[in-house]
Amino acid sequence: MAESTRLLVGTKKGAWIFTSGPARRKWNISAPICFGQSVNHIIADPRAPKRLIAAAKAGHLGPTVFLSQDNGRKWKEASKPPAFPPAAEGGAKLSVDHVFYLTPGHASEPGVWYAGTSPAGLFRSQDHGDTWESVAGFNANPMRAEWTKLESPPEGQRLHSILVDPRDPAHLYFGISLGGVFESTDRGASWSPLNKGCVADYIPGPPPDYGHDPHCIRLHPRNPDRLYQQNHCGIYRIDRPSSEWSRIGLKMPKKIGDIGFAIVLHPRDPDTAWVCPMDGTAVWPRTSVGGKPALYVTRNGGRSWTRQDKGLPSANAWLTVFRQAMTIDSGKPAGIYFGTSSGEVWASRNEGESWAQIAAHLPRIQSVEAG
Amino acid sequence: MTVYIPGPLRSYTRDRASVEAGGASLADLLADMERQFPGIRFRMIDEQGGIREHIKLFVGFEQVKDLSVALSGATEVHVVCALSGGTQ
Repeated sequence: MAESTRLLVGTKKGAWIFTSGPARRKWNISAPICFGQSVNHIIADPRAPKRLIAAAKAGHLGPTVFLSQDNGRKWKEASKPPAFPPAAEGGAKLSVDHVFYLTPGHASEPGVWYAGTSPAGLFRSQDHGDTWESVAGFNANPMRAEWTKLESPPEGQRLHSILVDPRDPAHLYFGISLGGVFESTDRGASWSPLNKGCVADYIPGPPPDYGHDPHCIRLHPRNPDRLYQQNHCGIYRIDRPSSEWSRIGLKMPKKIGDIGFAIVLHPRDPDTAWVCPMDGTAVWPRTSVGGKPALYVTRNGGRSWTRQDKGLPSANAWLTVFRQAMTIDSGKPAGIYFGTSSGEVWASRNEGESWAQIAAHLPRIQSVEAG
Repeated sequence: MTVYIPGPLRSYTRDRASVEAGGASLADLLADMERQFPGIRFRMIDEQGGIREHIKLFVGFEQVKDLSVALSGATEVHVVCALSGGTQ
């Protein structure tokens, strides 16, 4: 059992840090951080857990990144936040609207971080997030405009789910909504689409190579050849070196479907994953199916799914859980946590078997990270 | 000249509502402000030199949309956060 657990909760109007003892029953909630600013992601550095990093944007002001070296007590703005290079003559004038996603680099590269932005851009820091450089291998890639040519989701096209292979710092993945899953084996110098097998039912014609809408991609830390994906069009798994995703969501109950934003993986068992289904029918309300929130867990790599809803509202709860708003800790058993667009945080201390609400009345929750 | 700073940017100016800065053009003035208050420019001006959507700049009482505008004769610049930028 972990000695203590910390949750980092990013919301539309600031961030909060939740801390608990080993039992994970009682939670202390910090004063707001970056109060009033939209925090799309706040995450701790697993290589140096006192270091936190937050992506923030105020309503009027440009996007930036804040850093803490003391568990969130003091914060300093990055000296050089992620920004695209000046446009070439006649070229597209790209400017970062918001930083959406933050990923610590490989364990062997302690100062390295990656950031994903809207519009879709990839940035790298080598000094713990203080200064950021454009990753030209994607941002200046001649195919970038083609890969990202489809219209954006409501709050802008986003590059997210940046994944670093724990065996090889040069092996990276990310997702773009809309754009698809992409892979690099040369530290980001070049990228290839990795979408075969995924549905993009909004693109007429034969299956496309890109243009897909991965909502959340996770790589298993114990088996980095296995990735799971919650896509706009279903739940998928891939086992590399295969280059074809398998739609494991087809085994979900038909009345529930396999649409959602978030997916989390068990910290030790590559066969176990959880999803939080949402209503993707008709005009896409994106709320709990039937007003009855539930997680579904697979313990066999997606061959079957089991509903988990004990302790969650049994009716009239139209919750939305965004792609970065569900996470899992490393406890035994693992704790699972999700935040809702209506400002509630729910926790399970027993791998989803039962649930309790640990916070309410927060602003719209955009990310939840344990660590 | 005097530059009037809106509330959301005063974390950069140590809570001062107005600061002194200079330059032949608005671009020069913003560069001087960045020298004095690191980080402030990027939150007003994007990486392609565009004034951010919800920031309005006034030279005297006249709104300007081009950073190359000369400041000769001007005594004050107002940085304004537009009502449109309020978060939901």
